[in-house]
Amino acid sequence: MDHFPLSWGRPRNDALDAFNTYPMHKRPTHHDTFADGVQRTQQPIVTGTSVLAIKYKDGIMMAADTLASYGSLARFKSIQRLHTVGSSTVLGASGDLSDFQYIQSLMEDLIIEEHTAGDHHELGPAEIHEYLAQVLYSRRTKMDPLWNSLVVGGRKDSKNFLAYVDLLGTTYSSSSIATGYGAYIAVPLLRNAVDGRENTLTEEEARKIIVDCMRVLFYRDARSLNKFQISTVTDAGVTISEPIQLETTWSFAEGIRGYGAQTQ
Amino acid sequence: MTSIGTGYDLSASTYSPDGRIFQVEYANKAVENSGTAIGLRVKDGIVLAVEKIVHSKLLVPDANRRIQSVDRHIGLATAGFLADGRHLANRARDDSSNYRDTYRQPPPLKEVISRLSMYVQAYTLYSSVRPFGVSTIVGGVDVNGPQLYIIEPSGISYGYHGAAIGKGRQLAKTEIEKLKLSELSTREAVTEAARIIYLVHDDAKEKEFELEMTWIGDETNGLHVPVPKDLLADAEQKAKAALENFD
Amino acid sequence: MPDGSFSHPQQRQFNPYTENGGTILAIAGKDFSVIAGDTRQSEGYSIQTRYAPKVFRLTDRAVLAVNGFAADGNMFVKKVQQRLEWYRHAHAKDMPLGAIARLIQTMLYGRRFFPYYVYNILGGIEEDGTGAVYSFDPVGSYEREACRAAGAAQSLVQPFLDNQIYFKNQQAPAGQSHPLHLPLSDVLAIVIDSFTSATERHIEVGDGLEIYVVLTKGRPTQDLEGYRGVKELTTRPDGDRVFLIQRELKKD
Repeated sequence: MDHFPLSWGRPRNDALDAFNTYPMHKRPTHHDTFADGVQRTQQPIVTGTSVLAIKYKDGIMMAADTLASYGSLARFKSIQRLHTVGSSTVLGASGDLSDFQYIQSLMEDLIIEEHTAGDHHELGPAEIHEYLAQVLYSRRTKMDPLWNSLVVGGRKDSKNFLAYVDLLGTTYSSSSIATGYGAYIAVPLLRNAVDGRENTLTEEEARKIIVDCMRVLFYRDARSLNKFQISTVTDAGVTISEPIQLETTWSFAEGIRGYGAQTQ
Repeated sequence: MTSIGTGYDLSASTYSPDGRIFQVEYANKAVENSGTAIGLRVKDGIVLAVEKIVHSKLLVPDANRRIQSVDRHIGLATAGFLADGRHLANRARDDSSNYRDTYRQPPPLKEVISRLSMYVQAYTLYSSVRPFGVSTIVGGVDVNGPQLYIIEPSGISYGYHGAAIGKGRQLAKTEIEKLKLSELSTREAVTEAARIIYLVHDDAKEKEFELEMTWIGDETNGLHVPVPKDLLADAEQKAKAALENFD
Repeated sequence: MPDGSFSHPQQRQFNPYTENGGTILAIAGKDFSVIAGDTRQSEGYSIQTRYAPKVFRLTDRAVLAVNGFAADGNMFVKKVQQRLEWYRHAHAKDMPLGAIARLIQTMLYGRRFFPYYVYNILGGIEEDGTGAVYSFDPVGSYEREACRAAGAAQSLVQPFLDNQIYFKNQQAPAGQSHPLHLPLSDVLAIVIDSFTSATERHIEVGDGLEIYVVLTKGRPTQDLEGYRGVKELTTRPDGDRVFLIQRELKKD
């Protein structure tokens, strides 16, 4: 017997009992969504693709395109994936963008807490990276990950800093870092251009390397966009550029069957 | 009629027959004994200044600050028990941070004031607690421009153009009233605030004092920060000069 | 579905682990201990960085090598170091090696049902001045040994050590027996050969090599002095001493 008056005389649930074969006492009852415990493990929904970053003479440079994908749908084409934290750090994110927005609010809270302390100390990129690594690792340990690959770059006390942390809490630092597809396509190009030249590369050279890699990624990564932003952190502080339009060439496609106009 | 000493002053949860809560009034006494604090709300920002009485030469200069930050854009100056002031500042920080978590934007000042004053008021209701022994000047620049409030130990709060609490508040208020606050820039207000603090300081009765000053405005990118050292020194020098002319 | 439920809904499960490659190795001598690891960190076929240390000086007489899931490894080392610091605050001395080994087993077993996915090798000097190596599995089983390799190239290196350190499948010359302990120079040569060989044959090993050498108090140091790239890390005089040798490995 169903003792809950609310379910007496309720419309039959077509999904569960399409042919009304259940007697009342066995009628499929409402199932509590939370009865089996809270569902935590997620999958990324609205995502950003690669983030690239390198060290150069005067600081670090980071880039990310402005696309937020919903699966294969190019859902939002003008979102920002580079975020300033404090006065000497920039944070770039790939992966789930709602998780990234949550991380941004964590950073906001953290920086305000430091400001209100009023002790003239400021968190630099190394501290921000360590904090994020602890947050992401503890969330993975709770089996409730923040689904991101993050790149933290900055320059404080004339020292460049560049490091990575992801949803598992895995960390590393290197003179060039790329997330997502960039780890396969851009890293070889970046290492070739940067390794051993971290202290001699000019901003102009660094910019060319980054733009070239963003172009290659746009050609090969189906979840990328030809619009991106570049951030620098130097002794002068953090800059994040306005969106830059990639210059691309498609003339080669003309003669290729499947790309150009079909003649047969 | 006085009810003092008749047993109506032992608890914040007891009214006197003529409708007063003596514990709250005693809390106000604690404020009146404190070094003066003032706040100016001017054209493009806020200036907070405090006459911090240095009761021992052994204290570290610039330590034990009486002006604190609540958020990026909000400052808080107290008169009364410093420890109570710190507690309220922490509470205000939590309020401010909670607002941010809920609305993902910086809290308007009146929101922080409303929450903080309700908290102060709650301490006037129960026999198990004592009211806060501080009056608080809260200043900030939010979406509605510069804002300035005082919260008293009773939990009441008012918005002001110019605020003064503590020992020298009467003289300070008269001086602030002479200013054209709506025409002053924050930079000019720094000089005026310094002058007023120097003026109300009674060096016949009081020990040494430190001038503590912070500001929020266009010049600070909307951040609540201490007035830069050079500007502070300049303001103090002008204040001393003005004082000599005054005498 | 008599109870009205469908068959269990499918759910992709989040995998909280990964494997970051690399190899570690430790060998104990009579009055020294050598603990080494490469510095490559990888995931799948990607090299994430060419320099991520896996070997950590814990005290002037204990060195810990950690291999497996790097995030767990770093967290584990952090927690061990924190416990050692608390020990110093409580007892005004460093925790002895055997005690550190037992501490590590307790900490690993504490996470028996959500393990730190790491293989630990602890090397250093015991209180009696002998060199020691302790090796652990991810949930805390441990034993004291003369040598141990772990990680990606364990299956390449351990048989080599069995042959070179334990003299397995070797016949001693007539009338002689195998030495019980090898001299430091031989051990260092074996360590370096192990890593160059592992680098040659295993894709997850390479880039850099860090060799920690712990010498018992008062032991002469002349067999280390000639070494290229050696650096002393000892923090206190008149105790056991720690040295670090850094070498390059092939980066392909």
